Amino acid sequence: MLAVAFQEIGIAHYLVVGAIMFVCGAVCMATKRNALGVLMGIELVLNGANINFVAFGSEFLNRNPQYGIGLDGQMIALFVIVLAAAEAAVALAIVLNFYNNHATVDVDRADELKG
Amino acid sequence: MTHFLIETLGFPPTLAGLVVALWACFLLLNLIAAGALFFIWLERKVAGRIQDRLGPTRVGGKFGWLQTLADGIKLIGKEDLMPKGADGLLFKLAPYISFCASLSAFIALPFASGWVGLEMNAAVFFVLAVLGLEVFGVILAGYSSASKWSLFGAMREAAQVVSYEVPLGLCAMIPVLIAGSMDLTKIGNLQAGWFTNWYVLHDPFTFITFWVYFTCATASVNRAPFDLAEAESELVAGFHTEYSGLRWSYFFMAEYGSMLLVSGLGAVLFFGGWNGPIPIASILGLTNSDSGWAYFAANLLGTLGFLTKALLGVTLMMWVRWTLPRLRIDQVITTCWKYCTPIAAVMFTGVIFWQALGIPTLGDLLPPRSSRTVDGKAVGRRPGEVREAWMSAVVSKPQRGAAEQKTADTSAVTENQSARDGQHDSTDTQPAVQSTSAAPSNK
Amino acid sequence: MAWHALFFYFFAILACGFALAVVFAANVVRMAFYLILSLGATAGLFFLAGAEFVGSMQLMMYVGGTLVLLVFGVMLTAQGPWVSIRTSGGDWVLAALVGGSLLAVLVPTVLRIDAAAPQPTAAKEKVASETAVPVPAQPTATRIGLGLVGVPTADHSGYLLPFEAISIHLLVVLVGAAYLARAKRRAKPLAAEEDEL
Repeated sequence: MLAVAFQEIGIAHYLVVGAIMFVCGAVCMATKRNALGVLMGIELVLNGANINFVAFGSEFLNRNPQYGIGLDGQMIALFVIVLAAAEAAVALAIVLNFYNNHATVDVDRADELKG
Repeated sequence: MTHFLIETLGFPPTLAGLVVALWACFLLLNLIAAGALFFIWLERKVAGRIQDRLGPTRVGGKFGWLQTLADGIKLIGKEDLMPKGADGLLFKLAPYISFCASLSAFIALPFASGWVGLEMNAAVFFVLAVLGLEVFGVILAGYSSASKWSLFGAMREAAQVVSYEVPLGLCAMIPVLIAGSMDLTKIGNLQAGWFTNWYVLHDPFTFITFWVYFTCATASVNRAPFDLAEAESELVAGFHTEYSGLRWSYFFMAEYGSMLLVSGLGAVLFFGGWNGPIPIASILGLTNSDSGWAYFAANLLGTLGFLTKALLGVTLMMWVRWTLPRLRIDQVITTCWKYCTPIAAVMFTGVIFWQALGIPTLGDLLPPRSSRTVDGKAVGRRPGEVREAWMSAVVSKPQRGAAEQKTADTSAVTENQSARDGQHDSTDTQPAVQSTSAAPSNK
Repeated sequence: MAWHALFFYFFAILACGFALAVVFAANVVRMAFYLILSLGATAGLFFLAGAEFVGSMQLMMYVGGTLVLLVFGVMLTAQGPWVSIRTSGGDWVLAALVGGSLLAVLVPTVLRIDAAAPQPTAAKEKVASETAVPVPAQPTATRIGLGLVGVPTADHSGYLLPFEAISIHLLVVLVGAAYLARAKRRAKPLAAEEDEL
């Protein structure tokens, strides 16, 4: 792995960054008790995926021309950004409603449907 | 300048690049710092005159030139306070975030043709994007001050800045629409020549657009009459109530930097940037000669013109501040959504029709065409011409045989485009020509 | 090339470092702040990869829009006891196991991609040659703009349909969010409620 670090920057480097951000987001979603912390985890996950898409769609990083997905990479990243904004708006509306009804943002207290 | 360092002085390329980058950073930082110094003095003088008094007259001569320097020395010597319940890290970092956002936007703002931090092909978008980041400094300052008044000011400002990004973006898109590019250098170059080429005089819609842009820009940088965040008579000082000394001065450098930025952006988009009302450099023959120093002199004249226009914009903002009363937050938001945004949208539609129907603009009617050339290349739009002529070939599903004819059409149009774009078409041809080389090989 | 590597590592370490800081911070306002910095560094990575339009869009929409929304939500709910909610130790161990194993699977896979390159298929080339419109070489923003309007090139067949779908989706979502977050009216006036108590 150290050998890769000293080579020219390629897709693999970007994908590692994307993987780390994805895992951080997943752990965030799993461990945070604050509902807004879970939302932040979701944003991190989406950004990790975006880094992957942009890396594959970049013309400068491609050493193997068969990996190039051209403009698709950037377009998908754009669509993901828009969808993330939409999803964050709805998720925040839900969290605020929850806060107004239960006076807490602790997700462990959201157990009224528990069997 | 990189060429000069590498070839004349024999620097290695990496070091030359580093030196040029540091020099550019130095110039931009000094512009903001010296600008803030000058603007604070100017504001006090303008405020004084409007209120029928003199303003600072003691420090540094009869006009109080060095008043701001004295203020700066006083601010540096103040005690560095932090409220008891404040979040230390966020409290200390907030002014720097505001300042960095304001400084970063200058990366893409051109001061003359070729004199830009980084020539980006999505420069307008980048400047608008980075301008919107200043709100974080304000929110964090308001929250971390552990004071209700700061929090109120911060929330109001965040709502205001985020709301006004919409009409600001719409108004900034209109010159982009006319020019066909988001590259600010290209937009400036297309307005070369006499003042009749300026986009503000292009058609009545852009004229109105400039005033809407100016209103939205004033609201975006939180200047009166939209300055509730700092409403001195209501919230003490809004989000920066608890800040004193040097930290407070960072907020103000950020504010004056942003004012200079939006004025400069308006100057490039609407008033031709470095192209003066009279093309002095062209008349003196500086732009047509081959010497590097003549080109430098032409650009220097252009930069002076650009800074003058930006300065006039800032002075106008100050004038408006001391003339009009402050708006309430609901009036501010109403102005944004019920007035600025619909007007900007209608202007957008108007400009589209003006361009598409090929209605002649002021630049086409006068002066005569020969003075509309810069370096022998035609500048400006010929009436009735649609820029993307090759798009009319894409009407239905293309056939195999027609692809060859389209290749011939597009190569002719590419040459047309590069002739019209003036000096900086090299950025157009650099990205890998994937489609045009792939299409013939697929037959 | 050394500059590219330097800036890549600078932005990558910032992005990953602040992402880790989001995971380990307990104070929700600081979490939001670290997230802003992490996403800003991601925008820097996008600029380095040559996607300037996507990078600017990330700064404007994600950091300047979505995160402002998130920070508003944090400000509205970060009162008193809800500023720092700590997770128990057992949860941390479980999350570390899951996260660690996911990372251990992803990173070696990613580092091996150069060895496993796919082959272009004949069908894809045929489709490209039939629908391609030769477009003069354009900078990225122009290509994105033309792609969104639906102009097909050798690489793609236009993105008009996803663009329309996303526009409608965004409209519906924003109407729904505005409805969900509306101020609720009380069914009975306050005086009547007090009489009943």
